[in-house]
Amino acid sequence: MAKVTIDGIEIEVADGTTILNAARQLGGASVPPAMCYYSSLKGSGGKCRVCLVKVAQGSSKDPRPIPKLVASCSTPVADGMVVQNLTSPEVLEARKGVVEFLLINHPLDCPVCDQAGECDLQNLAYEHGASTTRYEEERRTFEKIDIGDKIKLHMTRCILCYRCTMVANQLTDNRVHGVLNRGDASEISTYIEKAVDNDFSGNMIDVCPVGALTDKTFRFKSRVWFTKPMDAHRSCTKCSGKTVLWMKDNEVLRVTARKDQYGEVKEFICNECRYDHKNAADWTIEGPRHIDRHSVIAQNHYEKTDLLTLKKEIERQIEFQKGKPLPLALDEKK
Amino acid sequence: MERLTNRSKIVSDKKMTFLEKIYLPAILSGIMITIKHMFKKHATVRYPEKTREFSEIYRGMHVLKRDDKGAERCTACGLCAVACPAEAITMVAAERNKGEENLYREEKYAAKYEINMLRCIFCGLCEEACPKEAIFLTDRIVTTDYGRDEFIYGKDKLVEPVNARIDVTKRQTPEVLEFKQQKKLSHNR
Repeated sequence: MAKVTIDGIEIEVADGTTILNAARQLGGASVPPAMCYYSSLKGSGGKCRVCLVKVAQGSSKDPRPIPKLVASCSTPVADGMVVQNLTSPEVLEARKGVVEFLLINHPLDCPVCDQAGECDLQNLAYEHGASTTRYEEERRTFEKIDIGDKIKLHMTRCILCYRCTMVANQLTDNRVHGVLNRGDASEISTYIEKAVDNDFSGNMIDVCPVGALTDKTFRFKSRVWFTKPMDAHRSCTKCSGKTVLWMKDNEVLRVTARKDQYGEVKEFICNECRYDHKNAADWTIEGPRHIDRHSVIAQNHYEKTDLLTLKKEIERQIEFQKGKPLPLALDEKK
Repeated sequence: MERLTNRSKIVSDKKMTFLEKIYLPAILSGIMITIKHMFKKHATVRYPEKTREFSEIYRGMHVLKRDDKGAERCTACGLCAVACPAEAITMVAAERNKGEENLYREEKYAAKYEINMLRCIFCGLCEEACPKEAIFLTDRIVTTDYGRDEFIYGKDKLVEPVNARIDVTKRQTPEVLEFKQQKKLSHNR
């Protein structure tokens, strides 16, 4: 076990845990953002540099700070480590620079892009980036490619996080999907446009943090904030069958896997669930999916409230009004 | 009882004096008020022969602009609809086919774009939200009609005709232009 302090809060985590995962165990605002790290994909992380943090004290044995900012997704913790994320102006400045770099070649075609509203890069730029761009040169452009008949690749939007190639490597049995060339000319390819016909290939769409890989069956159908996300399941022999239906009236426009609070899919779904069941009658609908109220998708989105939870929350607030310190919320960890 | 204003008069039934009985002074003072008003500035104008002066940034009926080449600017991004506090705007997007480049500027366009003018409160938030400078409010007035259905304006009424462009340059005040500086960069065009 190792004791680390992140933004002044101490937590004990298992040896070998990365700083990012330690922060996630802690939860709250000081979790570094991540564009390429994906907990359920082995070997992901270390590419986007968005999760940079400052290590003010290396360990209790060697209290010297690490001279440069480190990528929290690939740096394991050490006992007595002191990490600064939001409390370090240096980190915020660096992150702003990283966002600017990520946006250099990213087209600002959010009004056209289907990912707008649930795009990690959009959220990141909104929270950490500058509101204006200094870049005036031409951006790199690529032709749109169809990867199979269900996925559209807009290479122009890609930020080269390599998540999709890891899906292709780890979830499907033969790799037909990788990155060609180097540097500015890097390009996701299916090795001479070989169609991806594996049962789990559709998960590339879900892991893509930007709108580079999008669902062709949903292409331009609706903006995400006009659809109603509903938790639903069906019995599927290939996957868990637990999905989110993005509905408009009674029409299922899109089916995706369920993402957690960090935008990561824990249970990948098969292509049959994703593409072939666009009929509400095929699904058992559990209810509206919880959407963070800061998201644009939460516009006109109403959820069922568990009355017991609400009662506890009201009691918590009453305690606070009596002059006592605010007790921990139910979803906050101690 | 305490009086609410100092203009109220206490009614009494005392006998009128001679001057009051002939009513002439009262009538004359009434006529004076009428004559005075004849020379005052009129509160109304003789519409439709005369129209009132409009503010340059008057918020009337919307227009969906075309670009210099006559292609529709709207890309159906839905930001106007999500910004609209009255939820008056609905749209359906479609993908541009090959050969339609002169009709629509971007690869996605609004196949259907409707504003319910009965819902619209002419606040101008759609104009502010638009990233493509496609929707503007103009000094045109939404005309009256007999049926409620007639107030749902589709693209036939909103998109400006190619040969009868609607001038919105007067709306581009220095403050607006400063705000739009960022949009001038090549990749935002």
